[in-house]
Amino acid sequence: MKKNGYHIFSYAASNKAAKAFLLLALSYLLIGLLFGVLGGMQYILPDFLKDRLSFQKTRPLHVYLVISWIFTAAQAGIYYYLPVVSKRSIYWPNGIWLHFAMQCINSLIIITGFFAGYFGGREYLEFPPLLGAFIFLSWIPFAINFFATLKPNYKTAPVYVWMWSTGILFFFITLSESYLWLFDFFRNNIVRDITVQWKALGSMVGSWNMLVYGTGIYIMEQMSGNEKTARSPLSFFFYFLGLTNLMFNWGHHTYIVPAAPWVKTVAYSISMTELLLFGYIIIQWKKTLTVARKNYHELPYRFLSFADIWIFLNLALAIIISVPAWNSFTHGTHVTVAHAMGATIGINTMLLMASVFFIMKKENAFAFQQHKKWISRGSYITNISLLLFWSSLLASGIIKISGIQHNETFYYIMQKSQPYFQMFAYSGVFIFLGLGILIVTSYKIAARKRHPDPVIVSNPIAVSTATIIDING
Amino acid sequence: MKILIFLALFVTYIIYSVVVYTRGTENNLAFSQTEWEQINHGKLLFQQYNCTACHQLYGLGGYLGPELTTAYSDVHRGESYIKAFLKNGGIRMPNFHFSEEDIKALISYLKYVDAAAITYKKDQLQ
Repeated sequence: MKKNGYHIFSYAASNKAAKAFLLLALSYLLIGLLFGVLGGMQYILPDFLKDRLSFQKTRPLHVYLVISWIFTAAQAGIYYYLPVVSKRSIYWPNGIWLHFAMQCINSLIIITGFFAGYFGGREYLEFPPLLGAFIFLSWIPFAINFFATLKPNYKTAPVYVWMWSTGILFFFITLSESYLWLFDFFRNNIVRDITVQWKALGSMVGSWNMLVYGTGIYIMEQMSGNEKTARSPLSFFFYFLGLTNLMFNWGHHTYIVPAAPWVKTVAYSISMTELLLFGYIIIQWKKTLTVARKNYHELPYRFLSFADIWIFLNLALAIIISVPAWNSFTHGTHVTVAHAMGATIGINTMLLMASVFFIMKKENAFAFQQHKKWISRGSYITNISLLLFWSSLLASGIIKISGIQHNETFYYIMQKSQPYFQMFAYSGVFIFLGLGILIVTSYKIAARKRHPDPVIVSNPIAVSTATIIDING
Repeated sequence: MKILIFLALFVTYIIYSVVVYTRGTENNLAFSQTEWEQINHGKLLFQQYNCTACHQLYGLGGYLGPELTTAYSDVHRGESYIKAFLKNGGIRMPNFHFSEEDIKALISYLKYVDAAAITYKKDQLQ
């Protein structure tokens, strides 16, 4: 609603729901990390929970929960930022709660199913078709709220609106595509079946990345107060390159699948580019950020800087594993896991933690200030442990490559890798500790009575308690 | 302009998806009706027991156990080796107490996967 040159809207209701999503996302991460630690321990203690909670269960629990953390935290941020970006109240406040309830029910069914030994038997979000349909339905209130609140004008919209829209659209497309195996044409042909899994899920990861990177770029804009970054031709060039990657680069995982060879050439050509450009944008953004703003947003800024480091490390690794001649060595080893962990913890989780603490600071600056030291400690413990974790995965991958070249047995390779598996399992415990500190601190800040942010800056979003946004100001 | 680029990419993506699934993925393997039934039963078991949590097929799956794409024709592994693990489990692999029929079905499935892995074997030879 617009009155006397002012946009008047309320975001109290949607902020409350966004916070609920944020806490749900953090809970996914905490439990997901716990199963990750248990799974890691099973590498070094083969009998550990072997019959009660074997890797057959800990891995899907870990994967499902950590993936849920990524998209739920991104959704929480979008719900929180949406009224400010659109200058409108959220279109369907009850829809957020409907989404929340459906997601909780879904998660409970999936987690109980895994414990009871019911699996889809495929990778990532691959569940029996009914559950898949329920996941699809649970995203509909989110999509309705996003598009109906924002009513995006794509001619003038900033790049993060494009990224969020693309992330939502492609989530629906790729989730549906991942169920193509229901048709005999795919189910009765192993090559097509595997291609569906790689293609649909590879692009689905791209759709979450769009949500996460969009969130990252949005908070960069808010922290710098510079609207140009998110509207520059370079940002759009990056976006379209990212979109091209989402659509076509999944093939770099499938060099060994006997599908058409040109798919691999396309994938290789495209997969070299995306992360480098994102890193470039962050560097450009840092240049535009003043010292005062860096200090004001010190902790979110630090998480973005950590993400920046991980982008470069992961880029180097992505290039190595995408070169066909090298892919034949790295494929099937922990080098690929290192790439996945660097991307999910180093890049996505750091970007999402920047968003979490950006919101926490807006919501309760006083409590945030009181817990600043713990957030700082958590961020350092996580990143130092992740570096050890990542290096140990690379080292065990290299041992496997060497073992395969020398025709060594799988058992012997596993024995030789033990020191690195130990390093990987114990550093995993420290990642759990570091992220655990961040999660518990977030819970504490969220539980405290709300205090308005005492610092008012020129950028409208800093006025956290306002219900009126001055568009002329 | 931005909308046009998006639409152009989207249309290319749709065409690309159709071509990826229909060209170069033909299955020319010959198995009898009974063998196909066993293969499908084996595939179902592979999924029900979530074997992919520890084992990979064409690079898809976990790393706690060995890659199984070419386990059937591997000179160091082969049918007896697979059978032994399916019967008794391993250091990290639980004993799932498979029946003889289930073991046969799982081996048939792995034999089929192996037969389809033309590119993989070529890659290993290089």
